[in-house]
Amino acid sequence: MNTLNRSLAPKFNQVEHIHFLPVGKKTLDNGILLDSIHGGSQEILKIDFVFRAGNWYNPKSLIASSTSKLIKEGTKSYSAFEIAEGIDQYGAFLDIENGFDTSTVTLYTLTRYLEDVLPYFKEVLLYPAFHEHEFEIFRTNALEKFKINQKKVSFVARNAFSAELFGNNPYGLVASETAYRELQLEDLKSFHKQHYQLGNCKILVSGNVNETTLNLINIHFGKEATGNAPAQPDHQNPDNSPRQVHLEKEGALQSAIRIGKIIPNKLHPDYLGLKVLNTILGGYFGSRLMQNIREDKGYTYGISSGVISMQHAGYFFIGTEVGSEVTQPALTEIYREVDKICQEPVSQDEIDLVKNYMLGEFLGSCDGPFKMASLFESVDAYGLNFEFYNDYINTIKKISPNTIMELGQKYLNKESFLEVVVGKP
Amino acid sequence: MIHFEKFQLNNGLTVIVHRDQSTPIVAFNMLYNVGARDEHQDQTGFAHLFEHLMFGGSVNIPNFDEPLQRVGGNNNAFTSNDMTNYYITLPKDNLETAFWLESDRMLSLAFTDKSLEVQRSVVIEEFKQNYLNQPYGDVWLLLRPLAYRQHPYQWATIGKEVSHIANATMDDVKSFFYKFYRPNNAILSVAGDIDVDTIKTLANKWFGDIPAGDVPTRNLPQEAPQTEARRLNVEREVPANAIYKAYKMCKRTDPDYHATDLLSDVLSLGKSSRLHTALVKDRQLFSEIHAYVLGSFDEGLLIISGTLADGISFEEAEAGIVSEIEKFQTQGLKEKELMKVKNKIESTNTFSETSVLNKAMNLAISELMGDAGFVNTEVEKYQAVSEADILRLANSLLRENHCSTLIYAKK
Repeated sequence: MNTLNRSLAPKFNQVEHIHFLPVGKKTLDNGILLDSIHGGSQEILKIDFVFRAGNWYNPKSLIASSTSKLIKEGTKSYSAFEIAEGIDQYGAFLDIENGFDTSTVTLYTLTRYLEDVLPYFKEVLLYPAFHEHEFEIFRTNALEKFKINQKKVSFVARNAFSAELFGNNPYGLVASETAYRELQLEDLKSFHKQHYQLGNCKILVSGNVNETTLNLINIHFGKEATGNAPAQPDHQNPDNSPRQVHLEKEGALQSAIRIGKIIPNKLHPDYLGLKVLNTILGGYFGSRLMQNIREDKGYTYGISSGVISMQHAGYFFIGTEVGSEVTQPALTEIYREVDKICQEPVSQDEIDLVKNYMLGEFLGSCDGPFKMASLFESVDAYGLNFEFYNDYINTIKKISPNTIMELGQKYLNKESFLEVVVGKP
Repeated sequence: MIHFEKFQLNNGLTVIVHRDQSTPIVAFNMLYNVGARDEHQDQTGFAHLFEHLMFGGSVNIPNFDEPLQRVGGNNNAFTSNDMTNYYITLPKDNLETAFWLESDRMLSLAFTDKSLEVQRSVVIEEFKQNYLNQPYGDVWLLLRPLAYRQHPYQWATIGKEVSHIANATMDDVKSFFYKFYRPNNAILSVAGDIDVDTIKTLANKWFGDIPAGDVPTRNLPQEAPQTEARRLNVEREVPANAIYKAYKMCKRTDPDYHATDLLSDVLSLGKSSRLHTALVKDRQLFSEIHAYVLGSFDEGLLIISGTLADGISFEEAEAGIVSEIEKFQTQGLKEKELMKVKNKIESTNTFSETSVLNKAMNLAISELMGDAGFVNTEVEKYQAVSEADILRLANSLLRENHCSTLIYAKK
């Protein structure tokens, strides 16, 4: 028998080909577009209604997110209990996610119950009642939850970072106790009326989609008035000047660190290269920040960086929680890593690893119709399509160490960051 | 229906293979039959610390993560009171890399001082981040020893205290490894577009020559039946009062498990559930309330926990929970309530089967419970539960003299 050489890695291949599921296009009777992605072997469906009703449209803090949370708490024809029970009884799930630009209302259901749950789903989307009683319960409980979160250094740091980074721009309108207390039901009603119009949303159904599915959606939503999409608000650009904000928190065992700045979004040609740079720096377990701050120094349980795209801005961040006593050394090491990526070209070995990792990761994020739907939505909102991901794959395969270093110099000068630290002084 | 094949290597490693042709990703899941319940009471947190050390390099491969990332793979692990589970997902073509890496760390770890030193401090930071520097983070550190007096479930996976982790020595680490991390104490499951013959070949090639170990027979102190109400009051720097009630329940493999799980679902799954409707919406005693089972392999806990609404006393809040339980015990439940939670089980199960990783993990865990085939009978077992079963369990379990109550007051 041959002796196995365990030091030698087995042969492997770089991911060559990624298959994108086709997106079906249909127009409902009232002219609303319905996209669909068919795939998977389970008899299940996911329907997303993506409204342009995210934080960008916030007239003031908390309006967009509170509206999205309150739509399921009672409607024209059903009480909050009846809505919850109506959807629960078929084993379906309703999920509402309020983001920077959009609010997405999602229904997950077994295919065979679609017809039964759609009437409830439609009520939630189009006819929420905004009862005073439900509003008060929501406000009280959300405020309680907020107060609990305020005890977490990471939560405080995240909010302070967004508020500082975006200032008066609506992306920077974060929650506060005062904002909860000043919240008015009328504001939510008028936000809903303006932004939750069928004419202001995209519908995408994925999973076990067939003609019946599409017809059922048409029956329930194809007769409704579409309304008009509201005008785009005009907002001032965020302040991208470097500064340091240190918030004290008595008795904290750890300090939360959040460092970052405004950078371009998905629509900019540098965006994809920045994604690669970010992966090397702090975007995966083997990243430089993780290897240095966690695996070498043991300062933290975890550290990561990210490149976030919104429709009207983008930002880069590094986030971690470290032992209070090592806050300064951790900051020094973080800036050292940022500086290094701007000053030294990445080695061939490291870049090869990251390329393969990113392609494998991306292959995983394309697995199945639901993931495909998420990928589609995250480019469709920008007027892009799956071609964006072919560019992504090509960028990963082709990017050179020099390009990465140049991107670092262009965007990530260590003197240019907003730095937020929350913890023991 | 999840089709699978199962075989065993000569060294006792159990291997389960599930074919799913719809995905380009393969999931590779290695489950070790060791958890926090197998720790010595003076060396708690060890199974979890050990999970961290498993990434610190093995005898022939200095770094675990790097070669995996190089082939487009991803991995993670978790430790519970009952088991330690390691999982990898990677592109199908590169599956052999997972066999190479996982087999080498089963053969032996590198056991470097640096790795032990760093992972001790990483775990201590994890302890701080999730259990100490977090509002309500220490609940399980308080509730477990209240509910368990004999069984090792009395400590959390992170350990009883930071010093147990800080004091771990290399000798402790090595003896833990050779005691538990042996092929005859592990289950490998692989799911993806692969065939069983390939997996047999790869399993024999990479794991075949790892010697079986002398794994000790588990002989844990069993918990004496609880016959008295237990209470603990603490004060902490938190913004809202909270209450935790832990009722003793059956073990995961008991025929009553599914009915008990549904009992907790009827109480609190979703916004139309009993406790949410009565106590959050109608009476506004709580800002949120939950009921759930832990699913422990040995005798477990059914937990009812809630955050009190502002201005509500602990007496009012607890009386609210107790009165809802009594109402349930005397009036029973409606057919619709049971149908609802059964439908939720079916759909949750169907949605979870869209992921090869979930399937691989569930197969391995089911095998650890006694038979990988349980993955295909779970939904039926839930469907078979009757209203009478739930009512019987509500009456026998939800009693104060089986309950440990933690009153968590704001300062």
